[in-house]
Amino acid sequence: MSKDLFNQTEALIFDKSRPGHKAYFLPEMNIEKLDKNKVIPSHLIRKTEADLPEVSEIDVVRHFTHLSNKNFGVDTGFYPLGSCTMKYNPKLNENTARLPGFSWLHPYQPVETIQGALQLMYLTQLSLAEITGMDKVTLQPAAGAHGELAGIKIIKAYHDSKGDTKRTKIIVPDSAHGTNPATATMAGFQVIEIKSSSEGDIDLDALKAVVGDDTAGFMLTNPSTLGLFERNIKAIAEIIHGAGGLLYYDGANTNAIMGITRPGDMGFDVCHVNLHKTFATPHGGGGPGSGPVGVKEFLAKFLPIPTVEYVAYKDKYILNYDKPESIGRMKSFYGNFSVIVRAYTYIRALGADGLKMSSEYAVLNANYLKKLVGKHLAVEAPERFCMHEFICTPKNIHETGVHTLDIAKRMIDYGYHPPTIYFPLIVEEAMMIEPTETEGIETLKEFADVVAAIVNECRTDAEIVKTAPHTTYLRRLDEVKAAREPNLRYRRTVKA
Amino acid sequence: MNYIPVTELEKEEMLKEIGINSIDELFRDIPEELRFKGELKLPKGLSEYETRKALIKMAAKNTDMNQLANYMGAGAYNHYVPTLVDHLLSRSEFYTAYTPYQPEISQGTLQSIYEFQTIVCELFGMDVSNASVYDGATAVAEAMVMACDKKKTEIILSKGLHKEYSETVETYANGMGFTVKYAELEDGITPVEAFEAQATDATAAYVVMYPNFFGCIEDIQKIADAAHARKALLIVSVSDLSAMGILEAPGNLGADIVCGDGMPFAGPLSFSGPSIGLIATTDKLIRKLPGRIVGITEDLEGKRAFVLTMQAREQHIRREKASSNICSNQALYALANNITLSTLGKYGLKEMAENTLTNAHYCRDKLLEIDGIEMLYDQPFYSEFALKLPIPARVLQKHLLKHEILGPVDMGIFDEELSNIGLFFVSEIRSKDDMDRLALAVEVIINEQRFI
Repeated sequence: MSKDLFNQTEALIFDKSRPGHKAYFLPEMNIEKLDKNKVIPSHLIRKTEADLPEVSEIDVVRHFTHLSNKNFGVDTGFYPLGSCTMKYNPKLNENTARLPGFSWLHPYQPVETIQGALQLMYLTQLSLAEITGMDKVTLQPAAGAHGELAGIKIIKAYHDSKGDTKRTKIIVPDSAHGTNPATATMAGFQVIEIKSSSEGDIDLDALKAVVGDDTAGFMLTNPSTLGLFERNIKAIAEIIHGAGGLLYYDGANTNAIMGITRPGDMGFDVCHVNLHKTFATPHGGGGPGSGPVGVKEFLAKFLPIPTVEYVAYKDKYILNYDKPESIGRMKSFYGNFSVIVRAYTYIRALGADGLKMSSEYAVLNANYLKKLVGKHLAVEAPERFCMHEFICTPKNIHETGVHTLDIAKRMIDYGYHPPTIYFPLIVEEAMMIEPTETEGIETLKEFADVVAAIVNECRTDAEIVKTAPHTTYLRRLDEVKAAREPNLRYRRTVKA
Repeated sequence: MNYIPVTELEKEEMLKEIGINSIDELFRDIPEELRFKGELKLPKGLSEYETRKALIKMAAKNTDMNQLANYMGAGAYNHYVPTLVDHLLSRSEFYTAYTPYQPEISQGTLQSIYEFQTIVCELFGMDVSNASVYDGATAVAEAMVMACDKKKTEIILSKGLHKEYSETVETYANGMGFTVKYAELEDGITPVEAFEAQATDATAAYVVMYPNFFGCIEDIQKIADAAHARKALLIVSVSDLSAMGILEAPGNLGADIVCGDGMPFAGPLSFSGPSIGLIATTDKLIRKLPGRIVGITEDLEGKRAFVLTMQAREQHIRREKASSNICSNQALYALANNITLSTLGKYGLKEMAENTLTNAHYCRDKLLEIDGIEMLYDQPFYSEFALKLPIPARVLQKHLLKHEILGPVDMGIFDEELSNIGLFFVSEIRSKDDMDRLALAVEVIINEQRFI
């Protein structure tokens, strides 16, 4: 392919519009066309068409193919974006999700005609309950943050059901994902942030100081956002439960622990998992994902409606809307079904040992890479084994004046997607690296060699790092301009 | 099976580099009593071939819409989606990427979202759109959050809003301290008086569906005027998105926030999900718009570029001060909507809507010829209409399946009093033969049932 194709700006689809071109053919009508003016009040009839492009089919195909060429995905190359678990998305799952028996279903079809779909959902619920050590699972939430909201609402419903309305506070560590405090606020709670130790552990004294009879719950990611297992989890659970609060598990990091330890056994009462992380469903450029929520039995009555259940004596799967204490509905219908089909396919293919092995190799890969990268950059908690991800920083080359952002951009020049940067907030200049289990040793070695090369550049020719990327068709962007002079949509300029 | 590309030998090399003998040692931070003993109770793993067979078998237990003529809508509308959409969505540079945090290597996703935002603004007649939210129901919930504040804490939903949307809004409102009230329908539409009867100084917005849950086309201009006179906003939730090919854009009728659901243009309904929520507003409310937004900027050489922007509103900056926790969008389905609507274009959407209108009216008229069937409401409609049936809708639905017909939606599942109401959806893909066959089957079934 010519170099130019990758190095030129792709015109907007609207700029490719030429009057009279079309790419669609609708079924021919053999009924006389109805005069809309006879059936719709005139002021409710559209006066001017939406200004959509007029293009031919080949134009559409080439336009979006060109756009795809300007994207980097897991299939393009190594994507060690910490906390996001950018593992390989198996192609089999794409096919099963597209089976007509799953994809061509209407949500209100009679229940007799959707038994396979409900069975798949039910089995996914059972599998996720087993993996997380929870009792009941809902698949309704559309994303991790949506699952958090459902979970925190369940905690609220539990306290409310006991008439315990003074519990107005949710405790969140300062290392938490940004969605945690935002979720707690959305659910009507006051957020109490507590500091973590330098290793990301919860400071038990700080925790004891803030818990009380106003504590509704505590949100925790374990392994933490520093990629370390919270060793005090038992003590934390005792402190929270002792005060009458509940524990919420942010399952963003579940990829480290499948078959190894379970949130339910650690003392958590509610958890969400991200099917688009741990269970290999594609991230889709930012969504759709899926954020199922698991709870212990005593909270099952608060799950969102409808729940998918199996009625054994009838050997029939049903949607149960009759749950008077439910938190209600999180969205329309039942969840991101085709994402759930992909995740179920993954679970079915891997089985118990495949899932456990995935977590083991995710952790092996992370520790191996931590070791290699640690030879060139400063790593956090060097003496501890990390779980599925680790944090490094350019502290050791502070004198070069090179920042994390620069290193990240320079990685692009070498053909890698950069890690998550500047998160968690408690580590200055953090780079959060999560290799996942679907990468081989050669990829990890090559990446570490690139880190070494970049660190060397920082010392010898820092400017090349500070001005990266150089090989992409775009250089660094002016993000301030985008915010100051918002241009958020195209408007056709009418020729005079 | 698994997807791990590491051999035993390579594993040994890695363990040696780390300085340990077994993977197990890596988990020493996990207290012994928390280690999971034994094996997870899950079925044994399968090969790829076996997995595919197992899934094919499970899928075969469902009756898919391809085998049936579908007349079900009620929030999940089946319109024509061009074949090329799934092919382009299947380009893995799109679907295996994540949120475009690194714009230099994410211009495909970013430009697609910018085009999508433009299309949504065009459809709805609004100034600005975000990159999408989860679905049509959560879009209305997010719109409520935009409209409400410390003083304006109430929202009035038309009873013509999809029931599952109302339930979703209630879930969100509960906890944020907002009150949800309802405006009753009169002959299928929401009279301005029904809103006014509920309104107070604390009313932040009126919410109306367009066309509404019963298929009736609401006069949103009147409702907009009434809302504005009360210093409240009008939130419009567009039901069947294809209606934007024929109905006046809500923005031109006074709407302040317009929501919708892009499922009809994303591909097969997939048992409802994923879907994609659309949300657009006026320049005035731009800073309140939740979620991701893509804007144009330049790189340091002056080349046009796209980037996530206005992130100061978002939860990773404001944490507990953010008004929404949404941190993703339905990017892949935004791409699908962009592709479908670019393919249909200006005149394809119009033609789709006009054909839908014609078909829906033809079908309604045919069904009304049957003795015992009446319109529930005599109001203008687009692609959906509710009929009073002489037998329960559930019974009709069950027997129609034998005729390879899916539908209508049984309104009794939302309200027991409506168990004799069937909600029919008809789109441009139904042929005259299909609809004649439907009318014939309905007539036969009703006559049979009357004798039982």
